[in-house]
Amino acid sequence: MPLVSYISLSAVLFVIGVMGVLLKRNVLTIFMSIELMLNAVNVALAAFARHHGGLDGQIFVFFVMAVAAAEAAVGLAIFIAIFRLKQTTDVTEINLMRW
Amino acid sequence: MSLDTILASGASIAAIFSALMVVWQRSAVISALFLVLNLGSVAILFLTLGGEFLAAVQVLVYAGAIMVLFLFVIMLLNPAPLKERFASGPVVTGLTFALGVLFFASLMRGVMSLAGAGGTMASVGESYGSTRSVGELLFTAYLYPFELAGVLLLVAMVGAVVLARRQAPGED
Repeated sequence: MPLVSYISLSAVLFVIGVMGVLLKRNVLTIFMSIELMLNAVNVALAAFARHHGGLDGQIFVFFVMAVAAAEAAVGLAIFIAIFRLKQTTDVTEINLMRW
Repeated sequence: MSLDTILASGASIAAIFSALMVVWQRSAVISALFLVLNLGSVAILFLTLGGEFLAAVQVLVYAGAIMVLFLFVIMLLNPAPLKERFASGPVVTGLTFALGVLFFASLMRGVMSLAGAGGTMASVGESYGSTRSVGELLFTAYLYPFELAGVLLLVAMVGAVVLARRQAPGED
């Protein structure tokens, strides 16, 4: 596939992820949508790396994966802590810090 | 059509379908399983882009480690499937969709400018994206970021344990 197809696919996946974050109310699904967005960016990085014939883009993908793993571990731990406090995964119920 | 193109097109369709399903499903478990399908198709896309090492890491780290963590937490919390598919009423949901379409249009405007600027793939050698070549770059030019990523993962691990730990009685 040419470069444009890969970047278009990346844009589609990213927008789907954004819509997931904006539309869903389950904390876990919102978190999965964030993973979708990170993956969309990874596709773009790998495609541009191939386009330029260098490997630096692939190294970036590697680092994005490392950050995503760290983020998933901490984020899910926060959800467990919140669930213990509020007994819910619905973001509209988690409003302690609401002004 | 070459085998690469067929593989990439199929993986693209699977990726978009599974991404839509992640957002559409009400049950978190089904969403998580569709996310695994999405990560798998992205791994195939990495393969068509010459990133064999990346594809392996994608399956091992994402589908293997992160998604298992997700499913673990979902089973631990056991949330009931929500009655409403989306968080807001029809008006706000419609507006959000409109915003998404606008966002997508502005992204595609940038992407389309690529098409004019000669968006062809460079020809690469046999060793492109192999574990050896990626590893050599990782341990020379990107040594410090690599070590930093290790520290980040350690901090995240400690943080996750501290956050998720149940406080023992009599302990402040």
